Amino acid sequence: MLSDNPALLGLTTIVIGVGACLAYFFFSNVFIDKVLFPARGPNAGRNINRANMIRPWLFLFPALFALTLYLAYPVFETLRLSLTDRSQGGAFVGLANYRQMMNEAKFWEAVRNNMLWLIVVPAASTAFGLLVAQLTDRIRWGNFAKSLIFMPMAISFVGASVIFKLIYDTRAADQNQIGVLNAIWLKFDGGIGSIVFLQLLPTLLLLAFALVVAYVAWTFVRGIVAQGQDKSVWLLPLRLLIAVAGVWLIWISLNSALSLWITDVPYGEPQTWLTLPLWNNFFLMVVLIWIQTGFAMVILSAALRGIPEETVEAAIVDGANPFQIFFKIKVPQIMGTIVVVWTTITLTVLKVFDIVFAMTNGQWETQVLANYMYDKLFRANDWGVGSASAIIIMLLVTPILVWNVYNARKEMK
Amino acid sequence: MASIAGKKSGLTWAVHISVAALVLLWLFPTVGLFVSSFRTADQISSSGWWAALFPSEQNEVYRTSDPDETRVADGDQFIVTGNIFEGEPRDIRSWGVSSRDVSAYQTGETADMGDGESLTLQADGSYVWKGNDKQISGRGQRVFVTATVPPEFTWQNYATILFSGTGQDNMGKAFFNTLTVTIPATIIPIVIAAFAAYALAWMEFPGRALLIAAVVALLVVPLQLALIPLLRLHLAVGIGKGYMGVWLAHTAFGMPLAVYLLRNYMVGLPRDIIENAKVDGATDFQIFTRIILPLSFPALASFAIFQFLWTWNDLLVAKVFLIDATGSTTVMTNQIVELLGTRGGNWEILATAAFVSIAVPLFVFFAMQRYLVRGLLAGSVK
Repeated sequence: MLSDNPALLGLTTIVIGVGACLAYFFFSNVFIDKVLFPARGPNAGRNINRANMIRPWLFLFPALFALTLYLAYPVFETLRLSLTDRSQGGAFVGLANYRQMMNEAKFWEAVRNNMLWLIVVPAASTAFGLLVAQLTDRIRWGNFAKSLIFMPMAISFVGASVIFKLIYDTRAADQNQIGVLNAIWLKFDGGIGSIVFLQLLPTLLLLAFALVVAYVAWTFVRGIVAQGQDKSVWLLPLRLLIAVAGVWLIWISLNSALSLWITDVPYGEPQTWLTLPLWNNFFLMVVLIWIQTGFAMVILSAALRGIPEETVEAAIVDGANPFQIFFKIKVPQIMGTIVVVWTTITLTVLKVFDIVFAMTNGQWETQVLANYMYDKLFRANDWGVGSASAIIIMLLVTPILVWNVYNARKEMK
Repeated sequence: MASIAGKKSGLTWAVHISVAALVLLWLFPTVGLFVSSFRTADQISSSGWWAALFPSEQNEVYRTSDPDETRVADGDQFIVTGNIFEGEPRDIRSWGVSSRDVSAYQTGETADMGDGESLTLQADGSYVWKGNDKQISGRGQRVFVTATVPPEFTWQNYATILFSGTGQDNMGKAFFNTLTVTIPATIIPIVIAAFAAYALAWMEFPGRALLIAAVVALLVVPLQLALIPLLRLHLAVGIGKGYMGVWLAHTAFGMPLAVYLLRNYMVGLPRDIIENAKVDGATDFQIFTRIILPLSFPALASFAIFQFLWTWNDLLVAKVFLIDATGSTTVMTNQIVELLGTRGGNWEILATAAFVSIAVPLFVFFAMQRYLVRGLLAGSVK
């Protein structure tokens, strides 16, 4: 009967689950206090101490059990599975799964796309979040505006996918377009408006982006060149890495700026946006950026409020303009928070599954690692390669994990 | 701030306008879905949803009444009068009598159809059709009308999705399934995590710092790693795929954040209260239930919202641990993904289904936003 009625089953579970938890905590405490180590008789003092040594573990046990069994153990079990082959009865096959995965074009496509996601989504979400946080900081209806931009946080990835699929919808050229993007697209006809909005403006944005990247890369390279500064050896590779990544990004953006002017654009034809290779990745990313901007905004807004007023006042007295105040006074002071927001969104991006699964399911070169893994596990039933790709995701997460633990420990001291 | 320097910033207006633009940009997608869920399939496929907010122009074809029955002689001419709308008035913009030029005339004008035949159409749809015996015979004259139709919305989609729909089109069962997954998966982890958080915050024992570090580490472990080992485990111990499995999985996956959030909050509670209670002879269990738990309400609420949103919106965990081959335990997110596959073009079904699943989290979000923000601020690892 219970299994017939899920609502009743749920209710019973709440009562039993919560009741069992509370009963466990209560009776285990009673047990050590009254039965195992009673605070009476000749050993009362010793017993109290013993009971107090055990009690924390009583409190911790259910949580620790869940964490160990459901999160810690699977990491090692997945590692083990990635080295075995299911079809051979779980025999140890060394790195064969990884080798097989490396030979698949789909895997490299997923890695490439994940790298794109990792650069674009955290950057765009943080930038938009910072922009909104700063703009709404001093206006009266700022909180109202913020709560509306924050709203997509409550919407599921699947719901957001439906919302954006409607935006990207395509109809035949002779019908009314019901997708906003195509409706706007068909307004462009190659005239002066198209040149301004589709060529000039993007070019300027790309050039601005390249300049910003160049500036950031230069600040890191300068650290190597400059004399007498901290010459810690382990920072050198990091600086070089950032510099190389910067040069690569600049090259990419300049290249795209150029291609804006030399490629032929199919004006007047409705586009099936989600099937345009490479571009479709960006259309998927927009969904996550739309959701994550609110998160970035909330945290950065709190950080902006935390900036000491005196620093801003001093800058105003010294004649700084609003842009200088923002970039030279405010942003440096909330750099720590920006890094936190960036890494948190990076984690979300690494696990992104629902959006790709619901919108394209990895077709048309939009595969990402999490969806690739799901594909391998539950469609191809290949646990070895599936686990191997899960381990790749774990490896990508690890630097952030270490960084978080390092910071948490530093903060506790 | 700018006023300190003694002048009002000229950027104020730019700020207001850009914030308004950003807010509209961010709202636009959701509004599109919302509006679409109130339109019929025909309306959705004939025009974009943004057109639904304004009166739209539609081309319609009407026919005058049958001249052989209704014509009236007037000298050597015949006249047919009547109203093309027959009780459903439209706001006529223009009209015509030929499919080659459907908007040749304004209302009140007379169309000259040659050889003395003419048709006059008034704004209310009444017409006068004149001509000789041969002209006013056969079938009624066609009248092409370009009419302005006011916005029209319907509840029909919601009735279909929630009650009357069949098979995949009915989300009623999935709605309750989602609820069944969500509520225990939100409440149980809170109880377990609260005790652990108290131990980590206020009890002295060796290895405490290490445990906190471990919780921070587990906070970021992708749950993708847990899928196969745990599914194997569930199948091995007989839980299989079902509610029990998904509750356990959600409870455990929410645990790091719960412990982390609650511990951070509890550490900040005043030490005096706890020490006074201890001096008065309260046990740890009493301190926890009587003092800590009530004081930690904001943190508990923050986590509850997180966990609720996360379990309600989840697709992956439900797909792996809950939904079996029969599909009787499907949740809303999963059903929507299936609809995307099978009913990809039926936007009235898709939009309504999606909005049904979005509505509850949105309500929770707006009702308890304060706690959500507080939780976010406490939960991001600093």
